[in-house]
Amino acid sequence: MSLALSTQLICFLLLSGALLLGALGVVLLPNVVYSAFLLGGVLLSMAGLYLLLNASFVAAAQVLVYVGAVNVLILFAIMLVNKRQPMRPMRVLLLRRLLSVAVCLGLLALLVQVALTTPWALPGPPSIGEAALTRIGEHFFTDYLLPFEVASVLLLMAMIGAIVLARRDVLARDVVTGEPADQALLERQRPPFLPSQGGSSPSAPSPR
Amino acid sequence: MIPTAPPRLPFATLPGGNLDLAGGFQAVLQGWGLSPGLAHALWLPLPMVLVLVAAVVGVLASVWMERKVSAAVQQRIGPEYAGPLGILQPLADGLKLLVKEDVIPARADSLLFTLGPVLVLVPVILSWLIVPFGQNLLISNVGVGIFLWIALSSIQPIGLLMSGYSSNNKYALLGGLRAAAQSISYEVPLALAVLAVVMLSNSLSTVEIVQQQNSAGLLSWNIWRQPVGFLVFWICVIAECERAPFDLPEAEEELVAGYQTEYTGMKFALFYLGSYINLVLSGLLVAVLYLGGWGFPLPVEWLATVLHQPLSSPLVQVVTASVGIVTTVLKAFLLVFFAILLRWTTPRVRIDQLLDFGWKFLLPIALVNLLLTAALKLVFPTIFGG
Repeated sequence: MSLALSTQLICFLLLSGALLLGALGVVLLPNVVYSAFLLGGVLLSMAGLYLLLNASFVAAAQVLVYVGAVNVLILFAIMLVNKRQPMRPMRVLLLRRLLSVAVCLGLLALLVQVALTTPWALPGPPSIGEAALTRIGEHFFTDYLLPFEVASVLLLMAMIGAIVLARRDVLARDVVTGEPADQALLERQRPPFLPSQGGSSPSAPSPR
Repeated sequence: MIPTAPPRLPFATLPGGNLDLAGGFQAVLQGWGLSPGLAHALWLPLPMVLVLVAAVVGVLASVWMERKVSAAVQQRIGPEYAGPLGILQPLADGLKLLVKEDVIPARADSLLFTLGPVLVLVPVILSWLIVPFGQNLLISNVGVGIFLWIALSSIQPIGLLMSGYSSNNKYALLGGLRAAAQSISYEVPLALAVLAVVMLSNSLSTVEIVQQQNSAGLLSWNIWRQPVGFLVFWICVIAECERAPFDLPEAEEELVAGYQTEYTGMKFALFYLGSYINLVLSGLLVAVLYLGGWGFPLPVEWLATVLHQPLSSPLVQVVTASVGIVTTVLKAFLLVFFAILLRWTTPRVRIDQLLDFGWKFLLPIALVNLLLTAALKLVFPTIFGG
């Protein structure tokens, strides 16, 4: 076996091992922060697998979007949430766990069935390497133009929604429960520290 | 400025005249009776080790420069006892950090605490993969080039969040969150500025970005075609390096030292190393994207023609390669010098000013710059690389 092939095999085994173990850790670990960090590891190993398939642009995009943006966002959400009340112990925890395991196993069986019954073309089409970037661009602006634009509209909607939810002065009441929204963290205008002498002097910046 | 045909370059398109270091090295090893596979395997780590050493030496040089320039700005003398002009001071700093006790706080999460600095340092070092010091003098001419750097630098916030969270210290957590927020906000205008350059050169590869700037020496550098993009990129790069005036994540007066508060010894040294490697890397990338990379202000091939030297002769090849390396490093360190001067002469911005500046000023400017570049590219395809 040549150097390149054995390196490829070792990388593949390491990456898939890291991917599987990391994914199991994301699901099974009780500490949500560990899960979030492990998710970053899983996404990185996924990018490594794309690299092994000679899809360097997809790998870089995976790192940029999923690791750099989505995973950091998840971590931010976990670290910024200030939980006021302790989590209540769940009822019938065992039953819930068994049910979710059953659903997951069913999904796994379905996927394995699909993977085994699909007539895969072996070996697949040759990878086009660096030309893939041009090809992806062509597809984005011809036959995949509509999905591409719809996806950006979806992102815009999500962004507007996030801004509305984050700015609690827009909605005084919680949308779901109808209770007055928690405005403890809201940035308010503070009264000036020193009473201004004879109107506002132009040199003093207005307090935010 | 030749848009379509590849411009003639110091050692790019010469007939059979590329400096083939890899081939020469492997030929020598095979002459000693080694198999071609083994010779290739022995060659592989060499460029990586060389670039790693270059990065570390660059850190030592920039730390010394930071100490000397800050001293000059503050009318002090600076380090002067460790070696002539204190050039051994960075080594002494490193040695001190190396032998310091490695303390992990009792209530900290020791696993994440150890992993955090590593995750900050590794992507920065990996990014040196794409820095070209000459036509063939880079580790790997990957097609996605500069995009790979943007992707890799987006991993860093995870390491910062990790070390901030695991320190179990409110200042560290706040510093980590600030660092991640700053890094994400300034990545957007940074990527847009890079996109405008990529549009000019029709390629993401760093080698091709430099090549299309070197047709007429100084005059064809991207800085003349992208003055706004250059400023946006420079500001964003300084912000990504977390240097003053954007050093909020480690603002001493508010946060002790931000996410580095609980770190000592070698783990702190990793942060320190990471930030300076990142600084030198940023200088190199500004040089590559806007200042013609390894290109000398006067094209080396013109000089060779004036001196009646054939471009394919070994002597000219070696000289042009050395000139390329020296030029790249000089440009990078000139930019590092400006970054240091900025750090010691400007006050720190507030967090709201920082975010306002990033989202409400730099982002629209970068977008307008991108649109303008696209329009100019359509109107003047010869100048703007149609």
